[in-house]
Amino acid sequence: MGRDNGKMIRTKDLTFWQKLYLPEVFKGLSLTLSQMFKPKFTYMYPEERFQPPSSFRGRPILVEENGVERCVACGLCSRVCPALAIEVQASETELEKERYPVRFEINMVRCIFCGFCEEVCPEEAIIMSKEYELVFSSQEEAIFGKERLLTPAEQVRERLEFLRNSR
Amino acid sequence: MATITINGTEFQVDAKSTIIEAARANGIHIPHFCWHPKLSVSGNCRMCLVEVEQMPKLLIACATQVADGMVVKTKSERVIQAQKAVMEFLLINHPLDCPICDEAGECKLQEYAYQYSVGYSRFEEDKVHKPKRVPLGPNVMLDVERCIMCSRCIRFSEEIAKQPVLTFTQRGTHVVLTTFPGSELDNPYSMNVIELCPVGALTSRDFRFKARVWEMAATESVCNGCARGCNMNIWTRNNEILRLTPRQNEEVNSSWMCDYGRLETFKHVNASERLSGPSVRVDRELRSIGWEETVSELASELRGFRKNEIAGIGSAYATNEDNFVFQRFIKEVLGSKHLDLLPHVIEQVEDDLLIKADRTPNSLGARNVGIEPSSGGLSASGIRNAINDGSIRALYVLEDDIAADPEWHSVLQKLRLLVVHSAVQNATTALAHVVLPASTYAEKHGTITNFQGRVQRLQPAVATSETDRRMDGLAASRWDKFSSKNDRWGRPVKFDARPSWRILVSVAAALGTRMKYNTAEDVFGEIANVVPVYRGMSFARIGSKGVLSKSSPVPVKT
Ligand code: SF4
Ligand code: SF4
Ligand code: SF4
Ligand code: SF4
Repeated sequence: MGRDNGKMIRTKDLTFWQKLYLPEVFKGLSLTLSQMFKPKFTYMYPEERFQPPSSFRGRPILVEENGVERCVACGLCSRVCPALAIEVQASETELEKERYPVRFEINMVRCIFCGFCEEVCPEEAIIMSKEYELVFSSQEEAIFGKERLLTPAEQVRERLEFLRNSR
Repeated sequence: MATITINGTEFQVDAKSTIIEAARANGIHIPHFCWHPKLSVSGNCRMCLVEVEQMPKLLIACATQVADGMVVKTKSERVIQAQKAVMEFLLINHPLDCPICDEAGECKLQEYAYQYSVGYSRFEEDKVHKPKRVPLGPNVMLDVERCIMCSRCIRFSEEIAKQPVLTFTQRGTHVVLTTFPGSELDNPYSMNVIELCPVGALTSRDFRFKARVWEMAATESVCNGCARGCNMNIWTRNNEILRLTPRQNEEVNSSWMCDYGRLETFKHVNASERLSGPSVRVDRELRSIGWEETVSELASELRGFRKNEIAGIGSAYATNEDNFVFQRFIKEVLGSKHLDLLPHVIEQVEDDLLIKADRTPNSLGARNVGIEPSSGGLSASGIRNAINDGSIRALYVLEDDIAADPEWHSVLQKLRLLVVHSAVQNATTALAHVVLPASTYAEKHGTITNFQGRVQRLQPAVATSETDRRMDGLAASRWDKFSSKNDRWGRPVKFDARPSWRILVSVAAALGTRMKYNTAEDVFGEIANVVPVYRGMSFARIGSKGVLSKSSPVPVKT
């Protein structure tokens, strides 16, 4: 169909067989029928869950090593985040790294899972996890603090290795 | 005068100047670390190498005087190669500290690494390690690894602050900046080395790790710590002041500020003891009530006194606008002749660099706009005696903690009505019957007049509950611009305070006198009309560097 001076003009007519209608209906139904005998992709969620590959970008987490976060609160993730989801407040620590985040919050309603924070982090301290099940009942609940973000390095080995190999 | 050619263009320059000065005067930037216009020439960083025709080797622009006919090239291939080499040497042992370094974002080394360096490192050996986190004094922290040995801090301490306590020890890559044994960098100007240091070797112990520089918004303002009125920037994040840094003004403060001004003049703005919302004393207790009720209650209280039973104390801490409206309020609206202010002078602290004995920012200005007794009126000590003998029964105090003075404290209890404008809780508000929360210097527009008679502008850097950072045009960082109510950082603390002049206008209205001021600029417009020394001035003319008024009682000196 095209448009000319505001009038609709038919540019292509239906063929004789298409005008008959029924053959086209059977063509569609036969496609449906053939799919029924092919392997299924559907997951029977929540009994059955999708296990993402290590390239998957789930919600960002903070890597914890020897009981402390790797993060040095440089604020680069917060600066690069296009959605302004991350807020970092630094403070001083006796540890050699000098600074650490007293407060680290990600607003999961803002986060767009782009992975820029992971890419910019000089310490490999913030990485994308495999977690994709995010449910909140209020805006407030969607702001994740350190207690929900910190994850022991052992639990995210796969992603850390993936990042190292894909560099 | 000498004629020199820089990069193919001829310039007439001062024959006594160096190449770097001549280039700078003509807007040509020659990269440098150790050279500083306010310090002696040291010539150690080698970053300012330029090519001069007829000379076999490159010369350092900071220590080479111009000569008539000199032909200088600042961007030739040889110069660029030299700059790359200097940067490579500087970065060999420089730590990869930018993520934890407070200087990041305003670091000369970082900037030059982008502009004049190759962008990668060929150095594979171990870097030299040196002491980190070394307190040099009460306010300055040193990281020796980051130091590029420019010696600016040493020269500043010796030449400007006159406290020669810094020096280098060791040689080559092992050079360490340190204080002489048994001494500390603790002069009243010590924190200026923080901005002078081109890298993050010297940082502020107070501001340390509080924020990254790109998260803050800067507002041009003036220090309220003494009668000098040093020009400064107020740095805010999330509606909170985090640091003050000097802003260059050759007529007032050169490029410096004192440590007291930097550290002690902003904390009360963020403080938890800030007053928020007006309150009235009922049965010995201060009770918060709304603005309208407070103002009408205050007006009816004031009506209960005879004219000569009321007195006013203006304030050398408040702006010209506040004081101008205050003197009109006391003299015209209340009809009292008794008006004065209390001086706050500490002779011992004054020096020849910046610090003034007058610890208030605007005593000259307050006098200029008419804070003084009318003929037959009482001065401050007279008012105090009159309160003591009961002939003055109501006192209206503008932004000054007069009860901190024991002599005043003892008489204030005799008053039937004490009204105070104040930003924070203090000894005077503890005695007051009506407390009106006043905006601080960092929350309002206005002008103050320093000891030279220079009128300078204050601008709001912090929003109060009645102002909005975006709508009212306050400086905004990216965070301020894009915050929403769903973000924790989008819900800053805001205090319910108003500029004193505006509170006075509403009290005057409740007493039946209309003052037609809507903005601080309106008030200043009237000041410029009726106060001869300010004739013809306007906010626009004052601009960011101030204007000298004809009242200048002290010659200009920096
Ligand atoms: S970029 Fe990495 S180290 Fe820096 S604040 Fe974010 S998580 Fe922490
Ligand atoms: S001094 Fe500059 S280059 Fe060095 S670590 Fe600090 S920000 Fe980075
Ligand atoms: S501490 Fe800073 S100002 Fe002092 S010599 Fe080192 S780099 Fe220069
Ligand atoms: S000299 Fe006075 S005006 Fe300047 S910074 Fe110090 S206190 Fe503030």
